[in-house]
Amino acid sequence: MLDIKNLHAAVEGNAILKGINLTVKPGEVHAIMGPNGSGKSSLASVLAGRESYEVTEGSVDFLGKDLLDMSPEVRAREGLFLAFQYPVEIPGVSNINFLKTAVNEIRAYHGQPPMQAKAFLDMLKSKQKLMEFDANLMNRSLNEGFSGGEKKRNDIFQMAMLEPKLAIMDETDSGLDIDALRIVSAGVNKLRSKDNAFIMITHYQRLLEYIVPDFVHVLYNGRIVKSGTKELALELEEKGYDWLKEDIRLEEPVQ
Amino acid sequence: MSAEQDILQELAGREYEFGFETQIEMDIAAPGLNEDTIRFISAKKQEPEWLLEWRLKGFQLFQKLTMPNWQNFKLPEVDFQGVSYYAAPKNKVKYNSLDEVDPELLRTFEKLGIPLEEQKMLSGVAVDAVFDSISVATTFKAQLHELGIIFCSFGEAVQEYPELVKKYLGTVVPQSDNIYAALNSAVFSDGSFVYIPKGVRCPMELSTYFRINAKNTGQFERTLIIADDSSYVSYLEGCTAPMRDENQLHAAVVELIAMDHAEIKYSTVQNWYPGDKDGKGGIYNFVTKRGICKGKNSKISWTQVETGSAITWKYPGVILQGDNSIGEFYSVAVTANKQVADTGTKMVHIGKNTKSRIISKGISAGHGHNTYRGLVKVGPNATNARNFTQCDSLLIGDRCGAHTFPYIESKNNTAMVEHEATTSKIGEDQVFYLNQRGIDNEQAVNMIVNGYAKEVLNQLPMEFAVEAQKLLSITLEGSVG
Ligand SMILES: Nc1ncnc2c1ncn2[C@@H]1O[C@H](COP(=O)(O)OP(=O)(O)OP(=O)(O)O)[C@@H](O)[C@H]1O
Ligand SMILES: [Mg+2]
Repeated sequence: MLDIKNLHAAVEGNAILKGINLTVKPGEVHAIMGPNGSGKSSLASVLAGRESYEVTEGSVDFLGKDLLDMSPEVRAREGLFLAFQYPVEIPGVSNINFLKTAVNEIRAYHGQPPMQAKAFLDMLKSKQKLMEFDANLMNRSLNEGFSGGEKKRNDIFQMAMLEPKLAIMDETDSGLDIDALRIVSAGVNKLRSKDNAFIMITHYQRLLEYIVPDFVHVLYNGRIVKSGTKELALELEEKGYDWLKEDIRLEEPVQ
Repeated sequence: MSAEQDILQELAGREYEFGFETQIEMDIAAPGLNEDTIRFISAKKQEPEWLLEWRLKGFQLFQKLTMPNWQNFKLPEVDFQGVSYYAAPKNKVKYNSLDEVDPELLRTFEKLGIPLEEQKMLSGVAVDAVFDSISVATTFKAQLHELGIIFCSFGEAVQEYPELVKKYLGTVVPQSDNIYAALNSAVFSDGSFVYIPKGVRCPMELSTYFRINAKNTGQFERTLIIADDSSYVSYLEGCTAPMRDENQLHAAVVELIAMDHAEIKYSTVQNWYPGDKDGKGGIYNFVTKRGICKGKNSKISWTQVETGSAITWKYPGVILQGDNSIGEFYSVAVTANKQVADTGTKMVHIGKNTKSRIISKGISAGHGHNTYRGLVKVGPNATNARNFTQCDSLLIGDRCGAHTFPYIESKNNTAMVEHEATTSKIGEDQVFYLNQRGIDNEQAVNMIVNGYAKEVLNQLPMEFAVEAQKLLSITLEGSVG
C-alpha cells in the first residue's frame, strides 16, 4: 500500500528527514514513536503534501502511484488521511457542510455522483454513533472554539466519514481524556479492515494497548533507527530513548 | 511560492459574469452638464415645477461644493462634462404594461436572473427593474397596492404621490450633504419609491435591480423608503453593468425613514463591473445612503455585500433620533485585483437609549485595498446610548491592504461605545487542512471566506444569501492570494 524509500526532506534548507524507509501493507497498523523533534510530524506532513517541505531525495509509492507527484487534495482523494497533531480552526465554516464537501469531492474524483442529502445524513448519524461523537460538535463551526481533545475527536470523526485507505494519526492520543482515549480507540478498531492501514504516531504505550500495532518503529533524528513489534513499545516505556541514542552514536562514522 | 500565491495567480483571470451589453436603440442625452441638461431630464420625466426648482438648487450646490480629500485612495478625475446624464430605451418614458417593453430588455433581465414576466417572477420578491435611467417594470405592484403599500419607480411616485415625495425628499440626505449627493439631486434619473402604511408588515421582499447598460453614461438613481408607524419592510438592491474600459460613475442617494415602532431592513448586493485585473475600467460607486429612525422604538438595518466596482465609497448610516431606536450595519466588502473600497457607516445617537451595532468584514485580495471608516457620534441628550463595533479584516496574499479608521465622538458620559478589531490572513494551515480532506485550493479559499463573512451573510434575506455567497466566491476567484 505504502512504500517509502530513502526519503529525505528539508524545511527552509534544514534537512529534517534523512533517509526514511518504511513499507505498510493493507490490514497493518504501524506505530511510530521517537523523541520530540525527531521528525514524526514532518514525515506525516511530507506524506500529506505540505508545501513547506521539500523532498530532496527518495520516493513514495502509494497504491501503485507516485505519491510525491500528487497535490495534497489528490492524495486525500486517493485515500490518504492525516489526523493532525494540531487541527486548525476554520471559523464560520459548518462542520457538516465541510464534511459534505469533502465527501463529495472524493466521490467526484472516483467518478461517483454527489451523495444525496438523506444518504449523507444517515452516514453522518451512523459514524457519529460509531465514534461516539458529540452531535453538538457536529453542528458547530469547524473546530472553532473546540477544546484540544474535541479537535482531536473531530479529526477522527472525519476519518470515519471519509473512510481512507491509509490513515496517519499524529498524536491523536495526546489531549484525550481517559474515557475518550478508550472510545476513540474502540472506534478505530471498528474501522480496521484487511483493506486499510493505519500509522499511529504516539509517545505513549497506553494507546498501543487499545489499538495493538503490528509494528513499532522508532524515529530519531530523521531516520527510523529501530523497528520491532509491540514489545518494543514496552521496552521504550521502561528505558526511554537514551540507550537507542547511544547505539546510534556508536554506529555513526567518526567525523 | 506558497499555495496562496498560486491560488492568487490561478484565480486572477476570472471573468465578470454579467459583462454583456444589450443592443437596443437608446434615447441618450448629449454629454454635458448645465442647467439645460437638468431642464431636459425634468421635461422628459414631465416633472412638476417644484421638482425642477429643487434639481436646479442641487446643481447650484454641486457647483459650489468641492471634492473631499479625506478618503484613503486617490480620487480619480471625473469629467462631469464628458458624461451623458440621461439614457433610456427609445420612445419610452414610462411603460404601462410589460407588453410595451422591448423583448430584448426582458431578455436582459432574465439573463441577470430577474425574470419580469408574470409566470416566471421570483416568488416572494417584488422587483423594480431599472435599466439605465428608467424603470422598466415593477412586479407584484397590484398585490402590494391592496395592502396600501406603494412600491413603484421614483418617476411614477413623482406623478402619482407628489405630496409624499415632496414631504420627504432630501430630508435625510440634504442636497448639500456632499458633492455627489448634490449632483444626484440635480440629475437623478430613476429609482424606487416605497411607502408602507401604518401597521402593515410588507409580506414580501421588495427589491430593485439596477442595470447600467449605455456607454458613457452615469447612473444617478434615488430611492426613498418610508415606513409609517409600526410597519415593517425588507428591501434589497442588486446591480450589474457591462464590462468597459472606461470608468462609469454611479452616484446614488438612498433615504430611509422609520416612524414609531417601524423597522426597515435594507440589503445591498453590489456587483457593479469591477474593472479588469489591471484596474482598467469599472464603476465608481460613490453613493450616499442614510436612514433616520425618526420615531421611538424604530429600527433600521443596513446589510451590504460589496463585491463589485472599481471604487466603492459609501457610508450607509443611521440617525437615531427616536428614543430606544436601533441602528445596525452589517458589511462585507471585497476588494480583489486593483479594487478599492473605502466604506463603513455613521451612527448618530440623538435619542435616549439608542443602540447601534456595526459588524464590518473586509476582505482584501490581489492588490485590493479595503478601508473601514466608521463614525459613532453620541449627542448630549443620548442618555445610555450603546454602540458595539466589530471590524475584521481578512487578507489573502501579501500585496493587498486593510485599513481601519474608527471615529468616536461622545458628548454624553452615560454612553458606552465598544470597538473590537482584528486582522487575519487566510493561513496556509487552513488551506492545507481543507486540502487534506480532498478540497482543492479554490474551494478551500471560498469556504474560508464565506465562513468569515457568515455573520453578515446571515443577515440577508434567504433568497439572496445563496446568491451573495456565490458572488463572493466568484469575486475572489478573480484575485485571491
Ligand atoms: N519551518 C521549520 N524550520 C526549521 N525547522 C523546522 C521547521 N519545521 C519543523 N522543523 C524542525 O523539524 C524537526 C522535526 O519536527 P517534527 O514536528 O517533525 O517533530 P516531531 O517528531 O513530530 O516532534 P513532537 O514529538 O514534538 O511532535 C524539529 O526539530 C523542528 O524544529
Ligand atoms: Mg509531532
